[in-house]
Amino acid sequence: MKKRVPLTGNAAAAEAMRQINPDVVAAYPITPQTEIMMTFAEFVADGLVDTELVTVESEHSAMSACVGAAAAGARVMTATSAQGLALMHEVVYIASALRLPIVMCVVNRALSAPINIHCDHADTMAERDSGWIQIYSETAQEVYDHTILALKLAEHEDVRLPVMVCQDGFITSHGVEPVEVLDDDVVKNFIGEFKPWYPLLDTDNPKTYGALDLFDYYFEHKRQQFEAMKNVPRVYEEAAKELSKITGRQYPKVEGFFLDDADYVIVVMSSTAGTTKYVVKEMRKEGKKVGLLKVRLYRPFPKEEIASLLDGRKAVAVLDRAYSIGAEAPLFCEIKSALYDAKVKPQLASYVYGLGGRDTPPSLIRSVFEDLISGNISKEEKYLGVRE
Amino acid sequence: MALTVRDLLKREERFSYGHRLCPGCGAALTARLVMLAVNEPVVVSCATGCLEVSTTIFPYTAWRVPWIHNAFENAAATISGVEAAYKALKKKGKIDKDIKFIAFGGDGGTYDIGFQALSGALERGHDFLYICYNNEGYMNTGAQRSGGTPMCADTTTAPAGKVIPGKMQWRKDLTTIVAGHHIPYVAQTTLHNPLDLVNKVRKAIETPGPAFINVLAPCVRFWRVNPADMIKICKLAVDTCFWPVFEIVNDEWKLSYKPKEKKPIEEFLKVQGRFRHLFTPENRHLIDEIQKHVDREWSFVLKMCGETQ
Ligand SMILES: Cc1ncc(C[n+]2csc(CCOP(=O)(O)OP(=O)(O)O)c2C)c(N)n1
Ligand code: SF4
Ligand SMILES: [Mg+2]
Repeated sequence: MKKRVPLTGNAAAAEAMRQINPDVVAAYPITPQTEIMMTFAEFVADGLVDTELVTVESEHSAMSACVGAAAAGARVMTATSAQGLALMHEVVYIASALRLPIVMCVVNRALSAPINIHCDHADTMAERDSGWIQIYSETAQEVYDHTILALKLAEHEDVRLPVMVCQDGFITSHGVEPVEVLDDDVVKNFIGEFKPWYPLLDTDNPKTYGALDLFDYYFEHKRQQFEAMKNVPRVYEEAAKELSKITGRQYPKVEGFFLDDADYVIVVMSSTAGTTKYVVKEMRKEGKKVGLLKVRLYRPFPKEEIASLLDGRKAVAVLDRAYSIGAEAPLFCEIKSALYDAKVKPQLASYVYGLGGRDTPPSLIRSVFEDLISGNISKEEKYLGVRE
Repeated sequence: MALTVRDLLKREERFSYGHRLCPGCGAALTARLVMLAVNEPVVVSCATGCLEVSTTIFPYTAWRVPWIHNAFENAAATISGVEAAYKALKKKGKIDKDIKFIAFGGDGGTYDIGFQALSGALERGHDFLYICYNNEGYMNTGAQRSGGTPMCADTTTAPAGKVIPGKMQWRKDLTTIVAGHHIPYVAQTTLHNPLDLVNKVRKAIETPGPAFINVLAPCVRFWRVNPADMIKICKLAVDTCFWPVFEIVNDEWKLSYKPKEKKPIEEFLKVQGRFRHLFTPENRHLIDEIQKHVDREWSFVLKMCGETQ
């Protein structure tokens, strides 16, 4: 029996964690993620989960303990934001390279300086090359669904990679929405029992993790990691299909909204996709052929799907809530690269928006569509909603 | 019952030969003795450093027990995770045997960059033993100074030059700092007597909760000593009281060894290339200052142990 309950994005993540009932959670508080950890700590205190909660003294130790626990053979989860993720950075790479299926709920927040607690995607974009799978969530419902999906994906034999489930700080993490929650047993059956590979706790079969790997082996081991990531799209589709059967909701890697006949398209991730949907509906009423392409699975990057969905459009605006100072913004850069093989290349525009939580109301999204329609397109990166 | 050499000879070497640590390396003997002392099922975590890089060069490993290297500063955090996993899986009935947990870190990985992770793991009370194999410098990267490097030692980041005679700070007293966590077992020792280390490891591993042992483990390469003299140097370290050996069980300090006759610090310094520059007439006052500091530290330990001079 599914039930609809009002939940914040953070509460939705915590609820999914409760149902997953991981063996170990090691985490450290940081706004806007802290609520996930506090809610989960209450579950532990009330005996609702069997988890060992390791209240580490930093995020560096959080990810380090997650690596130790996962290598030991446990099902492991954590959560963080911004500075916390940046502090973990060193160990984020180690987790994926040791092929440990850790699931981390990331509540996106701007990176310092200046210090700011609100949403942008600079924190997870800085980890995009780390070998983690990244899934971005538009709503609290997606946070819940994606967290469960992520666990299944991470622990698949052909994947064995860690996953970040991202949601927008405050906008999603602290906004209350109706969320359809599955029965505990349904989640339990969906994720199944975790059977670790080469656990450290199997002391009869000792294994060495994290050996020194020089020019004679390092490259081959990296190559295996690339290969594992190539398996993700297939496994993702299988797992998403299975989850869809239970929830009735779809989880395509990229999602179109009024896209079929759209001439003018905005590409965006996370909560701003919701705002864009609203604007698309409004402008469709006015007869404008506008549409949205939402990127859900950002790593691995669904290049072919994106190329085929954008091929032949008149103009496409890519909205990045992140930046690469001195180069093109990350999502834009990758969309542009995906379109290299397109038969009819659309005109492309790059917009950086919403840094440090700057509000991006429908009027701004509309202005982007209007730029596309009126041909106000330049090669220059534009900044949406900034005071120049 | 204290272990004897005869007992050890009957045991399987869980830290095997074939590693690539330098001949005479104190870290090698430390690891070997620790792994001889612990014959229970055990998982080891190891910080980046000489011990790690020289024992697990892929596709080889010198470890016959489950072993994990994560990074430089997080051996304690890593073993925290392993131990937490053990507790969780044991609670769920997925593991039935009793397993021990050991973390190894060099002085760099313990006094300096890994200090926070160590302190956190001790405060959280994980059931594990942390071994600091202390060779008084970042040896793996070429003998840079650490917070554990003694005053005036010639290191590559605090070299003995024309105007500055090596490292110009006193080393921190990590063992006392760890004792400030009031964990059940803390000890300091060196390789002057292998059974001292072995029996301290036994006590530590049998004590529930966190335990810490600081082992002065000479780096023959960068202390610039004859590899064959490694044990002799350890003996000089205890006989000059440069490195007092003691244990702290539930906050009770107990001296493990008191030299019959305390030797002057020169005896320890003069056999090591890293202190060679001190042996000139104009640097005599530095040796005197080091002696005064050694005396002060020794008095402190005696006082804590309720011993008289
Ligand atoms: C974060 C980080 N900083 C620096 C290094 C480089 N590094 C590797 S080992 C090491 C020194 C290790 O010193 P210590 O812990 O005393 O062990 P030893 O090599 O002396 O046995 C350094 C500086 C690193 N691997 N990681
Ligand atoms: S350099 Fe020093 S610490 Fe490193 S292996 Fe050689 S003797 Fe041991
Ligand atoms: Mg060292």
